[in-house]
Amino acid sequence: MSAPFKFVSTNRRVREDRRFVVGRGNYVADIRRDGTLHVAIVPSAHPAARIVAIDAAAALAMPGVHDVVTGAELAAAVEAMMNGLDTPQVRRYSLAVGQTRYSGEWVAAVAADSRAIAEDAAEQIEVAYQPLPHVIDVEQALAPSSPLVHPAHGTNVLLDKSFVWGEVDRHFAQAPRQLSFRVTWGRNSTVPIETFGVLAAWDPWHEMLDVWASIQMPKYAEQIARALRLPANAVRVHYDVDVGGSYGVKRGIKHTVLVGYLARKLGRPVRLIEDRLDNMRSGDAHGPERIFDVAVAFDDAGIVKSMKMRALDNVGAYAGRAPFQLGKPIGAIVGPYRIESVQYRALSVMTNKAAQEAVRGFGQSPTNYAIETAIDRVAAALGLDRLEVRRRNFIRREEFPYLIPSGTRYDSGDYHTVVDKVLAHADWPALERERDRLRATGMLAGIGIAACLEPSGGNSSFEPLLNEKNTTTTWMDSCRIMIDGLGHVTVTIHTTSSGQGHETLAATVVGEVLEIDPDRIRVVRPDSLASLPSNSPVGSRMAVMLGGAAFHAAGKLRRKLIAIAAHRLGVAADALSYAGGAIADRAGQRLEWADLVTIAHRNFHLMPPGFEPGLEVTHVEQVPTGHALPTPDGRVQMYPCHSFEFHLVLVAIDPELGRTELRRYLIGHDCGTVINPHIVKGMTLGGIAHGIGAALMEEFVYSEDGQMMSQSFMDYLLPSAHEVPKVEIVHHCTPSPFTVLGQKGSGESGYLGAPAAVSSAINDAVSPLGIVFDKLPIRLTAISDAVAAARDRNRDR
Amino acid sequence: MKVELQVNGTRRVLDVEPRMTLVDCLREKLDLNGVHTGCEHGICGACTVLIDGEPARACLMFAVQADGYAITTVESLAPAPGELSVIQDAFCETHGTQCGFCTPGMLLVAHALLKRNPEPTRADIVEAISGNICRCTGYGQIVEAIALAARRLAGSNLGTEGG
Repeated sequence: MSAPFKFVSTNRRVREDRRFVVGRGNYVADIRRDGTLHVAIVPSAHPAARIVAIDAAAALAMPGVHDVVTGAELAAAVEAMMNGLDTPQVRRYSLAVGQTRYSGEWVAAVAADSRAIAEDAAEQIEVAYQPLPHVIDVEQALAPSSPLVHPAHGTNVLLDKSFVWGEVDRHFAQAPRQLSFRVTWGRNSTVPIETFGVLAAWDPWHEMLDVWASIQMPKYAEQIARALRLPANAVRVHYDVDVGGSYGVKRGIKHTVLVGYLARKLGRPVRLIEDRLDNMRSGDAHGPERIFDVAVAFDDAGIVKSMKMRALDNVGAYAGRAPFQLGKPIGAIVGPYRIESVQYRALSVMTNKAAQEAVRGFGQSPTNYAIETAIDRVAAALGLDRLEVRRRNFIRREEFPYLIPSGTRYDSGDYHTVVDKVLAHADWPALERERDRLRATGMLAGIGIAACLEPSGGNSSFEPLLNEKNTTTTWMDSCRIMIDGLGHVTVTIHTTSSGQGHETLAATVVGEVLEIDPDRIRVVRPDSLASLPSNSPVGSRMAVMLGGAAFHAAGKLRRKLIAIAAHRLGVAADALSYAGGAIADRAGQRLEWADLVTIAHRNFHLMPPGFEPGLEVTHVEQVPTGHALPTPDGRVQMYPCHSFEFHLVLVAIDPELGRTELRRYLIGHDCGTVINPHIVKGMTLGGIAHGIGAALMEEFVYSEDGQMMSQSFMDYLLPSAHEVPKVEIVHHCTPSPFTVLGQKGSGESGYLGAPAAVSSAINDAVSPLGIVFDKLPIRLTAISDAVAAARDRNRDR
Repeated sequence: MKVELQVNGTRRVLDVEPRMTLVDCLREKLDLNGVHTGCEHGICGACTVLIDGEPARACLMFAVQADGYAITTVESLAPAPGELSVIQDAFCETHGTQCGFCTPGMLLVAHALLKRNPEPTRADIVEAISGNICRCTGYGQIVEAIALAARRLAGSNLGTEGG
């Protein structure tokens, strides 16, 4: 199918918005069940301590308190949570077992008639601790003398895997120039405004655990069932729960295992809704914290031939799925550039910080920050224009599909054109003049540049790449379409959503194929037991995967309708044309939609032989291109599609206050065929805001004694409308050859380049003072301190 | 403690614990789920309601402190079942919401702004919503929605909306 489209890419409203603007979202905290008990948590006071004793007698004696559960009890009754890597000695339960491994870690849980009573009771629980040595700094954790976070594992290293793709040694040896540097990505996260919550109810007569959760977790029901030692068909996850923002982090297995266990034990519905402190300190939802050591080999023209990257990630106290965030960026390890060879060492190291979880981009945004810093440094080393260096290194339009050294074939792109369009829109010379004018007024001013990719369509090839025991080669999503006896269309999707507009996506695509108004299509979400195999909206995948499933299901339905008509009219299927739901041949014979529905639902005698009655189709979509396990030398096709974004930002910094003001922000964005322009725009603007936060404000800071210092929104600052500028979006469309409509993903757009762009702008602004910022976030205080110190240095000279 | 609230134009007499916050009271006692709990320390604005027409944080106020005040929640904004107000419709038109969690608060501050200032500048709109955090949209389409609503209200004979 190719443009022009009837509904795809048109400015249609997003159907989900209607329930949200009247306050009728169905969030987990809105779901009430009679007799529900509420959970509050007892957090660890120490970053590492042996749990000597837990005295819950006073708490249990309080009116309204039903139970106090400890890690020892829980560990005897449930399985440890799944690890992504093959690290069986890094055992993780909902509650600390025997020892605590980070400050705030859950030590015990109270179930009571209200959350307030549960909190009161939690304060009455006395835990005797024997503090143990702890480690917070990731490089100290690597040292042989370091305390061990999990002594049974024997090391703090969860993953240390090196790859060499191409002739790195030769390229470095032959390159006329080299440079190396270190940049650091601070620990931040997505911090949704709705915290994580879950409600579970056990029905012993049906032997069924019903779960409502603000969840965005692939294989969620399976993981709960496995941990609770239940058959998977005894866990029913309700997907019609609206999730109040996630952007990756709402994985909630530890929360769900805890409330699932309590619900079964107590015979009552049990819910745990994190408060903000629970969420930030112990929700296990921090993002990557990463030190990059990068070296590049290049020539006098600025052509980068080879790159060595060592990524050292502070993953926190447990394994989970988070270490895979070092694997996903392998699929775009050279960014949009023709770098011929790469050496990559991925190190995931545990410390006594909160456990990490997936964050928007799954490690790609930090990696893009490192790659873009490299390109800026190459330009600076040669005295070349930063744009020109990028242009010289970009993969060219005619080179796609383009195979990168690590084994992924990029689908399509036209990077030079996107950059040209943005520069024209921005009036580049005027932008430079404005920067220079600002500098003349005494401000620090700079222009930031970042070009990067958003791998999309999420398969899970990083799993077998980083864990040889894992043989995953599918990461499906699915769609069912039913036409009822009155001819109305209902489409099912099989996951929760957290604001991405998947109902609109599915209706638009089905409407496009069936040529019926998407507003007439109902979209519903069955529970997990009535669902087809699907994963969740991770990895910027739903436009590609749900879009693909909906497209193919609708195509099957269309072909079925044509086959019914062909049989009824006694002509060959290829003699018929389908238009707007009616089918006709060239002789003027015609069957309307209602006729076809009647045949399928009521006139089995008129159906083609071998057909089942009714009009129902399903399609389970395999990730395009993702069919093979990694090769022995560590190459694999990661995600199928690669959206491109080019950021241009002008900053002005008050040299006394250090406050960074984003004067102008432009982004060129190419995600192929756009299914709904409003949704893509919203994702891009939201991603940029999130990236601005990561660049300037947001960080979970730990003290040396292991306490988390950013425990509220007074300390962990989120961008408000004042900090986010008006963003100018320049569109471009290079369709993907690997998807049904030419679409690519956009769920991580903006976020993947904004931190790099803002860093680039600030470094451009402070470069006249000889200052280099090589760690994010670049806070106001860091800037004012560095400027003051630079001025002192200059004065002393 | 007994408390008397005027909620969305209806007098409600309730018996609440003195420590119960207004947001918990509205949600748990009155089933007004459109008011959301985000941070419970007065920063995010998800719990915004109007108190005598002015935006306020329902998480920073005890229910008993609201005694006698007129409280407006998002549930009162739609003029009839299935029918959107001009501001709500503008949010749908520009897609000024994604996950929907901050949306009721945004709508209420927009409502208060347009009542006070029917012709707001972009800076006025940014200032009005700056106490409400949205993690999804980056604010762009929210600002567009409020500007659109202002234009539509100015061009209609509705004046500022009731509610």
